[in-house]
Amino acid sequence: MPIRSEISSDDPPVLTVDDLHVEFDTYGGIVKAVRGVSFNVRAGKTLAIVGESGCGKSVTVQSIMGLIPMPPGRITRGTAMFEGVDVIKQKIINGQDIRGDRVGMIFQDPMSSLNPTMRVGDQIAETLQVHRGYSHKQAFARAVDLLGETRIPEPAARARQYPFTFSGGMLQRAMIAMAIACEPSILVADEPTTAIDVTTQAQILDLLLELQSKTGMAVVLITHNLGVVARMADDVAVMYAGEIVEKGSADDIFYRASHPYTLGLQGAMPSNDPEREQGLQPIEGTPPDMFDPPKGCAYYARCPYAMRLCAQNHPERSPLNPHHYANCWLHHDGAPQDIAPHLFRGETA
Amino acid sequence: MNAVIEARNVTKHFDVGRKQVVHAVDDVTLDVYEQEILGLVGESGSGKSTLGKVLLGLHEKTGGDVFFKGEKLPQRYRPADFQRYASRMQMIFQDPYSSLDPRMTVDEIIGEGLRLHSNAQTIPIRERISEWLCRVGLEPDHASRYPHEFSGGQRQRVGIARALIMEPEFVVCDEPISALDVSVQAQVVRLLGELKSSLGLTMLFIAHDLSMVRYVSDRMAVMYQGSLVEVGASDDVFFRPKHPYTEVLIGSNPLPDPKSERKRRAISIKGEITAPINIVAGCRYADRCVEVMDVCRSTTPPLLALSDATGERLVACHLYK
Repeated sequence: MPIRSEISSDDPPVLTVDDLHVEFDTYGGIVKAVRGVSFNVRAGKTLAIVGESGCGKSVTVQSIMGLIPMPPGRITRGTAMFEGVDVIKQKIINGQDIRGDRVGMIFQDPMSSLNPTMRVGDQIAETLQVHRGYSHKQAFARAVDLLGETRIPEPAARARQYPFTFSGGMLQRAMIAMAIACEPSILVADEPTTAIDVTTQAQILDLLLELQSKTGMAVVLITHNLGVVARMADDVAVMYAGEIVEKGSADDIFYRASHPYTLGLQGAMPSNDPEREQGLQPIEGTPPDMFDPPKGCAYYARCPYAMRLCAQNHPERSPLNPHHYANCWLHHDGAPQDIAPHLFRGETA
Repeated sequence: MNAVIEARNVTKHFDVGRKQVVHAVDDVTLDVYEQEILGLVGESGSGKSTLGKVLLGLHEKTGGDVFFKGEKLPQRYRPADFQRYASRMQMIFQDPYSSLDPRMTVDEIIGEGLRLHSNAQTIPIRERISEWLCRVGLEPDHASRYPHEFSGGQRQRVGIARALIMEPEFVVCDEPISALDVSVQAQVVRLLGELKSSLGLTMLFIAHDLSMVRYVSDRMAVMYQGSLVEVGASDDVFFRPKHPYTEVLIGSNPLPDPKSERKRRAISIKGEITAPINIVAGCRYADRCVEVMDVCRSTTPPLLALSDATGERLVACHLYK
């Protein structure tokens, strides 16, 4: 199938991940956390990876960044081409070559991601000293500028303070300042606004959009908030049980959802539209055991439209347009057309 | 409609030393009607959890009165008061990880209230626990397990069973779904809705997920720095906010709709919420408000009924006078 080359767009992608498999050794056995994930991100664009806790979305990016401890973690297969180099094969991931330099990262909990015993300005400056060879004085001056760029009031005074004097929103701004210090070509944001209030969340999202349009960096955004996805994402990958089950543009995912799990996530959120409100539809059950993932479709046990075939046979990737696919047997020619009325099945009906 | 809870000018101050006082809850007057879900929203630090705890007597009031079904609750609870009211008022906590004792089995956690209240001895406790485990979607044989053996959603169900087995008349749900995944949130919300209609519960639902609060509650109250700024029917407050702060709060909430989100300009509010320390006169929102007037800095706006609104609508803002 021609889907391997999903990107038919003009620019070469900044990051292309292909068939990534990650496992962890535990006392209970081997957890197959990521099972064949492929995606790419282009400059100036945002890819959102959505899914429930434990679906492997964080592990995916952390393994590419070299942030998972090995052992117990292990990348068993796959490539991650970043700016023309396979970062997995090259073992660059064990060094600090790209992290903090060409790749910036921000995390969910800024309070525990910053060093409580270092002044905020020094922590930002450290990045520049390590990667750019700045003197401390130069680096600190740049850190103050960066704090200003991330809209922290009185940046010069704030740079001399410790993290505990910052509010949650300001800490996240400081994290962003640190992440963009070396002008990375890609920014990985792992649940950047999950721990903060909606008002501060809106400020942080606006800031990220502004920085992205200024620098043209690519953004990989991991979140489970579909509102944040709608605000930020150009493309969306929906993950379930270590696999991408549906991927497409934001409009594809929100208006032409083609996988029952994507529909399930949408139905589990309030629509904010009293006209077409039909009550929340929770997804019953729990995700499968990742020690022994199901042979067939991982969503089989929770899927309202599951067919007998789904239990035993892993679903094929079904393209709906050149950029949109879903891994679901319902898109097979032989599948009954009268079930799953809300499922998008392609333009030609 | 009968009010189950009537809070009258309730105030809770925390003395934080150095002659500084945090006005966590300041002069809040609020009714919770029988069999309604009242949503309470606001940023972290706005005093919503503190208000919930003050209503249940988990914090001593600094001032004001709380009436429960017309009965005035004590200013400060003594052990006997807790014994008396715990079976009638309960709380569901935010964090299903830290709010359950890790050394107690589920049976002990859920049954503790029944065992302490002798009047509940009529039905064998074990049967009641099994019944409640089923009611919240767990298995009766889960009773012998410890909290660490459960997922977050299952623990929250244990917390719900623990609170509701007492068949309380009033429940404070303090961010009961914040720690859960989207699909599990919907399960817990649906469960609360079912239990509300089968038990005729009255609930104060504290949360910061505005879409969920609108969906769950009949009425919505918005708090800012310890004061109520707006109260009204949920859809009215959500779709037609009156107070400038409510407008910004609701406007900050991203909707799962890329088309409307793309059209949205940067809407963020300026500044951040600060701790309400040593409050002086004036509107607390004045420094961040886009429509601030001179009077806002000198006079505290009272929470008043809007004359032109349909249904009950209270707003504390000088723009509406």
